[in-house]
Amino acid sequence: MSLLHLAIFSPFLAAVVVPLLYKAFRKIHTGWFVLILPIVLFAYFLQFLPITQNNETIKKSIDWIPSLGIELTAYIDGLSLLFSLLITGIGALVVLYSIYYLSKEKESLHNFYVYLLMFMGAMLGVVLSDNLISLYMFWELTSISSFLLIGYWYHKERSRYGAQKSMLITVFGGLSMLGGFLLLSLMGDTFSIRELIGQVDQIKDHSLFIPAMLLILLGAFTKSAQFPFYIWLPDAMEAPTPVSAYLHSATMVKAGIYLVARLSPIFAFSGVWMWVVGVVGIFTLFWGSFNAVKQTDLKGILAFSTVSQLGLIMSLLGVGAAALHYDYLDDNYFVIATLAAVFHLINHATFKGSLFMMVGIVDHETGTRDIRKLGGLMSVMPITFTIAVIGSFSMAGLPPFNGFLSKEMFFTGMVSVLNMDIFHLETWGILFPVLAWIGSVFTFLYSMILVFKTFTGKLKVDQLEKKPHEAPLGMLISPLILASLVVIFGFFPNILSYTIIEPAVASILPSLLSPGEAFTVHISAWHGFTPELFMTLSLIAVGIVLYLTLSKWTKIYDLMPDRLTLNHFYDRGMVLSERGSNRLTNTYMTGFIRTYLVYIFIFFIGILSYTLVYKDAFKMDTSNLAPIGVYEIILAFLIVAGSVTILVAKSRLTSIISLGAVGYTVSLFFVIFRAPDLALTQLVIETVSVALFLLCFYHLPQISRKEERMGFKLENALISIGVGAVISLIAISAHSNKLFSSISQYYIENTYDKAGGKNMVNVILVDFRGFDTLFEICVLSIAALGIYGMIKLRLTRRKEG
Amino acid sequence: MKTNDLILQTTAKVIFFIIILFSLHIFFAGHYNPGGGFIGGLMTSGAIVLLLLAFDLKTVATIFTFDFKILIAIGLLFAAGTATGALFFNAPLLTHAFEYFHLPLLGKTSLHTAVLFDTGVYLVVIGVTMTIIQTIGESE
Repeated sequence: MSLLHLAIFSPFLAAVVVPLLYKAFRKIHTGWFVLILPIVLFAYFLQFLPITQNNETIKKSIDWIPSLGIELTAYIDGLSLLFSLLITGIGALVVLYSIYYLSKEKESLHNFYVYLLMFMGAMLGVVLSDNLISLYMFWELTSISSFLLIGYWYHKERSRYGAQKSMLITVFGGLSMLGGFLLLSLMGDTFSIRELIGQVDQIKDHSLFIPAMLLILLGAFTKSAQFPFYIWLPDAMEAPTPVSAYLHSATMVKAGIYLVARLSPIFAFSGVWMWVVGVVGIFTLFWGSFNAVKQTDLKGILAFSTVSQLGLIMSLLGVGAAALHYDYLDDNYFVIATLAAVFHLINHATFKGSLFMMVGIVDHETGTRDIRKLGGLMSVMPITFTIAVIGSFSMAGLPPFNGFLSKEMFFTGMVSVLNMDIFHLETWGILFPVLAWIGSVFTFLYSMILVFKTFTGKLKVDQLEKKPHEAPLGMLISPLILASLVVIFGFFPNILSYTIIEPAVASILPSLLSPGEAFTVHISAWHGFTPELFMTLSLIAVGIVLYLTLSKWTKIYDLMPDRLTLNHFYDRGMVLSERGSNRLTNTYMTGFIRTYLVYIFIFFIGILSYTLVYKDAFKMDTSNLAPIGVYEIILAFLIVAGSVTILVAKSRLTSIISLGAVGYTVSLFFVIFRAPDLALTQLVIETVSVALFLLCFYHLPQISRKEERMGFKLENALISIGVGAVISLIAISAHSNKLFSSISQYYIENTYDKAGGKNMVNVILVDFRGFDTLFEICVLSIAALGIYGMIKLRLTRRKEG
Repeated sequence: MKTNDLILQTTAKVIFFIIILFSLHIFFAGHYNPGGGFIGGLMTSGAIVLLLLAFDLKTVATIFTFDFKILIAIGLLFAAGTATGALFFNAPLLTHAFEYFHLPLLGKTSLHTAVLFDTGVYLVVIGVTMTIIQTIGESE
């Protein structure tokens, strides 16, 4: 286990300690303890910068399931380092912010920080894993922890709804992604992404290539809230604001983008990839920004804006894939698309993070997030206003902020689609710049709504729940840091381009580089009178016009009927599937054990007798039978007699005792066959279970008249005779078919030497097959807790009723 | 739940300890002779069940005041802990170690980590059977 693995697992370890700290130090906000971890991790990851800058990578692996090629591989290159820094850096700021946001008196902080740390660790695991299976495991862990975080205020119905929705959609995507991973590993015979990338030439002509790609993209799209799966993200806004800032803008939703970027070297040679990723992305950009304008909740606006910005980055990755088809590096404007994707990813994390925190402050200090009630906060909350202006203007793509730079590069990438002459992009490719421009108009529009509807106009104090005032300093630190990053990156973008962007782009497009070569990125604010500049100018003009005439044209949003929205389909689907499964369950779950046993037995008879006949497995060999002694005959007779007594007994006591008699007789058989261990166990189990029967004997009803009179039932007789016959047939053929030599010889030889014991049965139980035993006692414990739960729960419910 | 049964109660008191001792013997004998954690645990719970039958649930609950569910947890910890312990010595999961020692009074004795694992089994078995019997017995 290396230090790198420790870094990935440290949040999980910390999560164990947090509840204890919460209990021990009630006076100190638990967040202060938690804060240490992301800061340390951030500093730790910073030291890898010089390494990735030289396009070197680090790989450390420990075995997990070596026989299947599954390992926990920590892999650092430009891309994973960029994400690790985002996760820990933004994580630290979010924790700092949450200390002031969540009150230590009212909230169950230990839960919150455990979930948050779990999430942080899972996310680090996703971006640092080279092994597909461990990546998948961490991926689903992010879904689970985000489910817990969204449902953090679980007493609210909307929170539970949002949590369930996000869980259903992202886990659905995750499972199909697992399918894609398995197909990939089938093609390349490895789970390592590195090795898969090395085999691209063989893989890309494989017939499973496209299915694997589409399945994996499904996972990426659901996680990154692309159209039409974005519907969970607005509902996820029920989570506390620090969570929204962290998961739903800066990190988790970018996991899908990470995955697309990470697997680009494998899939980007395909036209399908370019089209699917590009079109889904650009349409999500348009659709998200279009819908953001009609929102009245500040967080709702930000949610839709995140959806659209994720679409923007996604479309850039799609278009950037074209770089692989044009093999000249110096003048390759498709590289710019990938570069813009990476750059915008960073920028989005900074400005969206600060905006979410800003909204959290507004919510915290005024008690509402509804823009119809807000207004005029500029004079009372000047610092928050400044943060809002910086964040929103950057989001709108205005100079001199960092959003402007990446937006210009985005336009460059989209316009360059027109120069492509592959995969029919020369005709339909016009879609990209057009949708990009329209989307940007709406982006500009909602950014302006966000700032001006909240902070300018008349202050309506009477409509607010609290009297607004500026937030405490602690709450302002994190958004201020992020906002200043927005400005710094705006003025000096190249501090990022040499250290972070170049290595990240290099790991997305590795095949473009020959050894020793590196991308040279130079971002400059002024790029001449290019089409991009005119696009920006025109969108600002149109945006201002639209903003001023907002009330006149927003009616178009009402044109779309509620019944056709995706949310409506989702809700209907949920209701229908619930009703359907209810109906299905009610038909076969009758509540009688008798019925369930009938199902089990029928399947048992059917499958086993089919196999016996179909495989021609039945064989009878009487040549090596042991002699039957007097004892055996007597015992067999006793067993038969006991069983018959159970059938004809008139009272439960008689049947229980005769059942016990059968059990004891079986243990006598074990004695005769020289298996003292089994005999002992059987004897004690029989005793305890008869005693248990006698204990609950009190509560059992007497055998009722109805049951007594039930008499002969044909189907029951058939089933029991069938079970008996099948078992006998299996026993006879098991005796007659000697396919393999018995394994007992191995144990006889090795029990003493390898395990130092003489009792073979016991050695097998604790040593040779200790794993079995371990899980058996787990099953036993679960059974005990299950019985406890069922009986106790029923009792309390009866008391309430 | 039951009438006074003097003979059963008096014998139960004596026999209880004999059974417990025997179950301990069986537990420790496990590696070389018939026995082990599973049977030992079952027999111990058998002894407690005998008390249950001779007296009643409430009386027994005053003797064993602890919660049998916690016993399950402790047992699982023992078993899982022994299982994972091997990982710290760079051995695969569940690798057991044993060594022969000369102990005072006992002479040459072998000490096994398997005993720790078996202790887990022993405790879980007692916990499970007693939890089930108690919950079913208590339910009205």
